[in-house]
Amino acid sequence: MSDSNSPPQHALSVRNVFKAFGRRPQEVVRRLRAGATRDDVRNLGTAAVIDATFDVRRGEIFVVMGLSGSGKSTLIRMLNGLWKPTSGQVLLGDVDIATASDRRLRELRRTGVSMVFQHFALLPHRTVLDNAAYPLEIQGIGKEERRASARRTLDLVGLGEWADSLPSELSGGMRQRVGLARALAAGTDVLLMDEAFSALDPLIRSEMQEQLLELQRTLGKTIVFITHDLNEAMLLGDRIAVMRDGAIEQIGTAEEILDAPASDYVARFVADVDRSRVLTASSAMTPPEKSPVCTVSVPQDTSLADVFAPLAGSEGTVRVTDDDGATVGMLRAEDVVAALVTPASPHEPDAERRLLSENLQEGDAA
Amino acid sequence: MFPRIPLGDWVETVVDWLTANLRPFFQLIKDVLLGAYDGLDWVLTSPPVWVMALLLAALAYAAKGWRLAVGSLLGFALILGMDQWENAMDTLALVLLSAVLALALGIPLGIWAARSDRVSAVVRPVLDLMQTLPVFVYLIPTVVIFLTGAVPGIVATVIFALAPCVRFTELGIRQVDHEVVEAGRAFGATPGRILRQIQLPLAAPTIMAGINQVIMLALSMVVIAGMVGADGLGSDVVAALQRVNVSLGAEAGLSVVVLAVFLDRVTSALASRSPVARALARTSA
Repeated sequence: MSDSNSPPQHALSVRNVFKAFGRRPQEVVRRLRAGATRDDVRNLGTAAVIDATFDVRRGEIFVVMGLSGSGKSTLIRMLNGLWKPTSGQVLLGDVDIATASDRRLRELRRTGVSMVFQHFALLPHRTVLDNAAYPLEIQGIGKEERRASARRTLDLVGLGEWADSLPSELSGGMRQRVGLARALAAGTDVLLMDEAFSALDPLIRSEMQEQLLELQRTLGKTIVFITHDLNEAMLLGDRIAVMRDGAIEQIGTAEEILDAPASDYVARFVADVDRSRVLTASSAMTPPEKSPVCTVSVPQDTSLADVFAPLAGSEGTVRVTDDDGATVGMLRAEDVVAALVTPASPHEPDAERRLLSENLQEGDAA
Repeated sequence: MFPRIPLGDWVETVVDWLTANLRPFFQLIKDVLLGAYDGLDWVLTSPPVWVMALLLAALAYAAKGWRLAVGSLLGFALILGMDQWENAMDTLALVLLSAVLALALGIPLGIWAARSDRVSAVVRPVLDLMQTLPVFVYLIPTVVIFLTGAVPGIVATVIFALAPCVRFTELGIRQVDHEVVEAGRAFGATPGRILRQIQLPLAAPTIMAGINQVIMLALSMVVIAGMVGADGLGSDVVAALQRVNVSLGAEAGLSVVVLAVFLDRVTSALASRSPVARALARTSA
């Protein structure tokens, strides 16, 4: 992917966005710009999002990861104008959401950006089918037509048979699939997912993650996904933004964040990640040797956890191939071991304990 | 010595000024209310008794089922047997008209209060005042303005029954799951559509509970209405009190109870028939 800044590349561009709640939001932002911290302005208001800048490319899954109170939910609500930024720009295509009129905003939400909610947010008195068709109803599409297309998106998420049920008759995972079908039925290019899988049981959650990735392969939507779960972020995200106390600490691919954490906070956060599941063969390989002797090969996007078996069967060295089967590098057992070592980071003694307690609070809140 | 605050005199001055200067306005209100009351009363009393009783029983059947319908018929038979049918219909007309007026004022006000914290902050103490001020206190200026008859009774009843309607409506709408309202906004619904398709349906069970309360409170005002000269069961209760007539008091009082039970059961049955309540009941069954 090129790094050109030409508009068509980016579905969403967020520029220097601040959001403050409280008595004097403008004053909060003015002081934050002048270098004040979140705690300094506490008596004026709450700084929810501080100077967020990022681009979301067309067709990627962009994950915003942070613990509760990090500002991620406020951030995603500014991407479709549910909250207005106190300052800064949010460009959806070439429209600035931050300054758009209410009327224009509604039009954008109908046609440009849809949303999936943490607790599903379905209408309890409407059938699954009519829930999925609701965005089309708002768009003013006739009953037959909107039901037909809602039926298609329900089939897509595997709920075709449940069209006439009420949401309360469905399990949590199924309800969220209705939420997903509803967002897809809207037919927008951009999809915002706010902790969409956080309220689900672990098994159902990983099923939903797989299903989302599979759907994404065929649909190619631009997805902004909010989560507090690092493993979910690593699994889903083409790129990940790590948020802390309202500010974005780092933006990068899962591998970039694992290999070069931008701050101690990020380093501590990723310390517990199973690196073998995130890192791929291509990230650990060395350049191809002149005379490749080994016959065993693995695709370059194989996770390191899955190269142990091939390595064991080929005396500790395998070839790494690209999509066309051409050799792009060599992978030796020692490369794998080296890649799995967590990069050293300066440690504060009680930092880990603090992180742990933050994590526990997150768990209580969920 | 502490100075005497002539608050009562001030209020009297205001009421005097109102009666002197807004007479045409109050006369219009009086004419409209009296017309509506007479019309409704005519509808309830002109058909033969058995037709009316069957119609009301049919309503009970539609709202809940045959058991309530049979129970209602027995109750109506009792009222008829005590020779209180016409009084009961007068009272029903007064209660229904007052309740409809309270709802027509209270529901929009409740919606408004739910949408604006400022309106809510203004409305709340006014409602507190209306609910806690002894009824007789505002009955006096009501009688001064509207004289005696059904109209001051209706006005006092509306004032008394308005508060729960506003409160329940506001509470119901504010309690609607925030995320569902957000979903409506996120898919580009207008505020009017969100109110119509999301907030009101989801608040309906609470609002219906409010309607039930309004009707019950309106019924509890019939004796007061009887005191200022409105026809109905209330005037018989008042007469019984004045003449220490135990038998008349018991008969009129029992008729009020029958009417109360009928209205309560029918309206609370209607509350459980809102789409949201039915959707939730279907799954728990």
